[in-house]
Amino acid sequence: MATTDGIRSFVTLNEFDIDHVCIVLVHSTDFPGSYHGYDDAWSFAKFTENFRIEIIKIDGNDMEFDMIGIDAALANAFRRILLAEVPIMAADKIFIHNNTSIIQSEVLAHRLGLIPINADPRMFEYRQEDDEDGSDMDTIEFELKVKCSRNTSSSSDIPDPSEIYKNSKVTTKQLKWLPRGNQATLHQANPIRPVDEDILIAKLRPGQAIDLRMHCVKGVGQDHAKFSPVATASYRLLPKIILKKTVRGEQAERLAKCFLAE
Amino acid sequence: MIQGENSSDTGFWGDNKSLTFVLEGEDHTLGNALRYIIMKNPDVEFCGYNVPHPTESRINFRIQSRGRPAVEILKQGLQDLSQTCDHVLATFDQAVKDYKGDSEIKMETD
Repeated sequence: MATTDGIRSFVTLNEFDIDHVCIVLVHSTDFPGSYHGYDDAWSFAKFTENFRIEIIKIDGNDMEFDMIGIDAALANAFRRILLAEVPIMAADKIFIHNNTSIIQSEVLAHRLGLIPINADPRMFEYRQEDDEDGSDMDTIEFELKVKCSRNTSSSSDIPDPSEIYKNSKVTTKQLKWLPRGNQATLHQANPIRPVDEDILIAKLRPGQAIDLRMHCVKGVGQDHAKFSPVATASYRLLPKIILKKTVRGEQAERLAKCFLAE
Repeated sequence: MIQGENSSDTGFWGDNKSLTFVLEGEDHTLGNALRYIIMKNPDVEFCGYNVPHPTESRINFRIQSRGRPAVEILKQGLQDLSQTCDHVLATFDQAVKDYKGDSEIKMETD
């Protein structure tokens, strides 16, 4: 690994090497002038020749892929853009008409903000800062009107709240989209709704009620984490493990076990 | 907003080969990617950036070139970066398309 090619292509982590000073080289060094005999000048032609993307899996909300032939500086920029600069819609203004639940209004408003909304942000504009009401171009409106009562028809002996009360749990399923202007026809193919129907917003007991409206606007993760389109996005460098000596017998089996897929 | 700060004002030598650009509203996302691609330019003697204060949304971006004006180097860097990102996007779209096509064929045969 101590060859020029090795130093140029790898970040070395001599983690458990006690004889030598630990070398942790985290920056790329393949710049013009760094190495004699190498042409490290930027070349788009060379980049397109080497660059590949290999998709490992796409599974619902999960995706994993290899980017080959790109520097960490660029990969990291994409990761940061996913986290903080790709816009989505999220609840930003909550108008609470009534809240007699035990969850405080400001906490409730914060929880509602974090609910992922299934809407294509490209079909909306950013709302102006001084705009109080918004328009159909920049606002999605939801209504949440829930009242808890006793379930008189329940014959259950078990004191299960979801059995003996009606609406003891408020979930995202109870959020009702109120289309504005031509939103109903515009989003006919993919109606606007919370991404998940089973997110618990609050718990109620008979006599308690929540009545509110929420305005969802377009925003970016830089402003608030609720506008981040990803749960997380991360990358790592492709590891290369070099065994310093031959491993045999029981040790070899133990080592092999470390690399078994789940 | 890009604000070029002439090197003669900051006490370095007085030509347009060395400049510090103040990039308003930018952070490590652009800073490090742009630094990487500008450092790949053989005309560049030095390139680096810093975030003067974590609560202020701006970076200071320094370029010292061997001959060409620093503004030209910055422009070239931004163009290279933009071109590269376009290629990455196109490659990614194609990879997703191929993956989805493959998995559909698999499902049909299953």
